Amino acid sequence: MTDATASHTPQPGQGGETAKSSLFTVSPRTRRRNASERRFKAYGVTAILLGLLFLCFLVYSILSKGLPAFTRTVAEVELTLTQAQIDEAESTLLKTGAYRDLMIAELGKVLGDVEPDAIQRIVGNPGAMLRNFYTANPDAIGDTVAFELPTASRVDGYFKGRITREGQANSTFLTPADLDLADRMQEEGIIKREFNWQFLTGAEASDDNPVAAGIGVSVVGSLYMMFVVLALSLPIGVAASIYLEEFAPKNRFTDLIEVNISNLAAVPSIVFGILGLAFFIQFAGLPRSAPLVGGLVLTLMTLPTIIISTRASLRAVPPSIRDAALGVGASKMQSVFHHVLPLALPGILTGTIIGLAQALGETAPLLLIGMVGFVALRYPDTIASGFLDSNSAMPAQIYTWAARADQIFYEKAWGGIIVLLVFLLTMNIIAVILRRRFERRW
Amino acid sequence: MYDEPALESKVTNKDIKIAARNVQVFYGDTHAIKDVNVEIQDKTVTAFIGPSGCGKSTFLRCLNRMNDTIDICRVEGDILLDSEDIYDKRVDPVQLRAKVGMVFQKPNPFPKSIYDNVAYGPRIHGLAKNKSDLDEIVEKSLRRGAIWDEVKDRLHAPGTGLSGGQQQRLCIARAVATEPEVLLMDEPCSALDPIATGQVEELIDELRDSYSVVIVTHSMQQAARVSQKTAFFHLGNLVEYGETSQIFTNPVDSRTESYITGRIG
Repeated sequence: MTDATASHTPQPGQGGETAKSSLFTVSPRTRRRNASERRFKAYGVTAILLGLLFLCFLVYSILSKGLPAFTRTVAEVELTLTQAQIDEAESTLLKTGAYRDLMIAELGKVLGDVEPDAIQRIVGNPGAMLRNFYTANPDAIGDTVAFELPTASRVDGYFKGRITREGQANSTFLTPADLDLADRMQEEGIIKREFNWQFLTGAEASDDNPVAAGIGVSVVGSLYMMFVVLALSLPIGVAASIYLEEFAPKNRFTDLIEVNISNLAAVPSIVFGILGLAFFIQFAGLPRSAPLVGGLVLTLMTLPTIIISTRASLRAVPPSIRDAALGVGASKMQSVFHHVLPLALPGILTGTIIGLAQALGETAPLLLIGMVGFVALRYPDTIASGFLDSNSAMPAQIYTWAARADQIFYEKAWGGIIVLLVFLLTMNIIAVILRRRFERRW
Repeated sequence: MYDEPALESKVTNKDIKIAARNVQVFYGDTHAIKDVNVEIQDKTVTAFIGPSGCGKSTFLRCLNRMNDTIDICRVEGDILLDSEDIYDKRVDPVQLRAKVGMVFQKPNPFPKSIYDNVAYGPRIHGLAKNKSDLDEIVEKSLRRGAIWDEVKDRLHAPGTGLSGGQQQRLCIARAVATEPEVLLMDEPCSALDPIATGQVEELIDELRDSYSVVIVTHSMQQAARVSQKTAFFHLGNLVEYGETSQIFTNPVDSRTESYITGRIG
């Protein structure tokens, strides 16, 4: 500054003004500083906007692709089957096919002059559902029963816009003429769209009847696993953290343990899957595909998360509280359990729930221990047997659906993601509420 | 004890409550306390003064073994409480701390109700047989802590909601609730305003009737006001120990004189 002014030829009347700067003129240095601050703010806003943009895109695509899974297209038909018809159907080789033909014949009567094969292409293969109903309710034989049976997945897709008339021009599975028939059936009120409870409560279904597939059983599988994870990882994790943080001597061995816990949190989950397969199934002989084993594997994965967050929240309790407790003659254990732990509780709970949420969305280790989507075929018989019965979990079920051929599974995969996200959101909200409720100031 | 009407600053021949002999304290390789010998009398306020880092707080914390919680801290020499070595292997520090209560620099009430703060010590030591016993102890302790009148209507309000001075008096009430014989105070007024300091000092003077009080302070005026005996620490050494009036008016050691006149510190 001074050098610069010195090199100038001092002009009369200005010498004093250059030496004394005014508060109203911004110096170049300040301007540069302000500019760089503005730039930094702009970077931050850009990053956040980009993030929001992707979030919006994600939410939009999930909702637009997943919401159709919550409705389904059904065909209404009233059937009056006699004992003789049932007996005849039961005596054929393809029993479900015989039931389906009975329904097609009934629809044919309602619709008039229509090819049975065309009706079949529209209603799909509901024979098994009819047969199951009559097996379960033999009293209904001879009575008129109104059925609402899901249509073939392509018809469902047609009404949801997944399948277009042009796309079906050369299809033998569903011809344009069939689509005209479907439109007519919709006009006559035979085909309707309704909320798909079966998606929420149902089990995995085979390729013969893809419309019936639901996520309910794997939700139950996930809940069983979460129960195992919570019951094991919370007490073990909290006890380990308390010991390490409050009681363990500081030496090379505990340092080693600490480093290893931090490293375990970063181990890929599929490694835990292999470990679970080798130890729990091959060595310990626990059943494959069981939520108990899945829970054990996820416990291994969740423990480091819980231990790290618990230790952090224990460390955040001011030492003056420990001093106060020791000062009135409390033992180490009393000071920890009466004073330190209650203060650390919100942090511990938050860490636990986040660990659980992480475990809830974990797929890879489950595939290795056989909890694939195909096994989620029925609800456990009793509450206790749910731990050992073959089952899947939500993310594994979604993964299985995403890989299957029929397009309706694609829709179901997105729908499953919505269900999974609802669970995760609920858990996170619970974490926030718990933290608010238990948070205390000192 | 002899209930003689002692003059404010005159020390009489009272019993020795705590005797320290050749006490050395090490933090790792640092020699924090060097060869301290001191005899602390019963029913007396003893002040530890000295510049920051001179070891007065460290020595205070040795008297109820609070230094045990620091891994690298090592104490040598003997500290006798009523002629019993508190660093003896048979001594459980928890039992010791029930006898030797402590009040800390920063008011540190538990984030619980005022009642629970005071009742905590008696509860864990089993001093009360029933609820009414405990109520009585709480009231007595809060009265001793000169805070009863201010909090009697809100015993179940959180202790952390009180003002700084009230919190510190609550902490003193909490400390006396366990019926200690010695009360250690580590700069109890450093976080308080002058009015609260005055209240706490008044309280310390009253506590002298029942306990041996040891107070660490940075304020020489405070030491002069509340204590009968004063110990001056400098660089880990106990430089001078004597009656407060003598230390402040006629110090023997030149370092003591320099400190109290403000030339070192």
